[in-house]
Amino acid sequence: MKFIRKTTLSTEIPTASMPDIIFMLLIFFMVTTVLREYSGLPIEIPKAKRIEKLKSKRHTSHIWISKEGLISIEDRLFNMKNIRNIIYDKRVADPQIVISLKADEQARMGLIAGIHNELRKADALKLNYSTKMSPD
Amino acid sequence: MRINRRFRGGEIPTSSMADIAFLLLIFFLVTTTIDIDKGLGLVLPPEGETIEINKKNILNCLINSSGMVLLGGEPVNPKDVSRIVKDRLRENNKLIVSVKTHEKTRYKDYIAIIDQLKMADATRISIAETD
Repeated sequence: MKFIRKTTLSTEIPTASMPDIIFMLLIFFMVTTVLREYSGLPIEIPKAKRIEKLKSKRHTSHIWISKEGLISIEDRLFNMKNIRNIIYDKRVADPQIVISLKADEQARMGLIAGIHNELRKADALKLNYSTKMSPD
Repeated sequence: MRINRRFRGGEIPTSSMADIAFLLLIFFLVTTTIDIDKGLGLVLPPEGETIEINKKNILNCLINSSGMVLLGGEPVNPKDVSRIVKDRLRENNKLIVSVKTHEKTRYKDYIAIIDQLKMADATRISIAETD
């Protein structure tokens, strides 16, 4: 017995749905891109060589310290004694939180040491001094 | 004069749509700057914990308000700290570097010293309270 094969395969890739696929990709990238949430204070961060990347943006909380001694968390100004409460709440909500300290290079150590103490009292021990890459 | 216009089908050409969407996608990919936070990591000691440490294993590093450094009792250039600490670590691997700053020390000078200690692979860094 002999089979008669009718090969009527079209050799073209259907491109009609291609724009839809690419639009989906575009929308995916637009949705997943996290833009900067808080603007913080105008600061000039110091430079260092041995820097490491922060692992996750989601588990990071920033503290801005300007050279005038202002302290800002999530675009609100705080007193030194209020930091403990807000950091403690953050720490309870997310146990693996890393505090990123964005301090101006002209800030005084008296203030930074105060922040250290408050963070220790709030039990948020993972700290990261935000720095730029040193050019040389 | 009259132009003879004939209607030839009302379709929008969709073959180049994919190219347009690709261009948009690439435009967004290029213009999105993801700023990754970078910095010097440090783990603070828990509150209320004091450990007695043998005096031999402590290297004091004092920074004054004008950024001058006193390492183990001797004034040193801040750029030499990593070299000296590296030598000291080779002699004694239990060495703890205790960094103490003045209240008016600039943050920049402090970061420079922490960076130097990181360069010397000193993992045990202690931050003493300021005066």
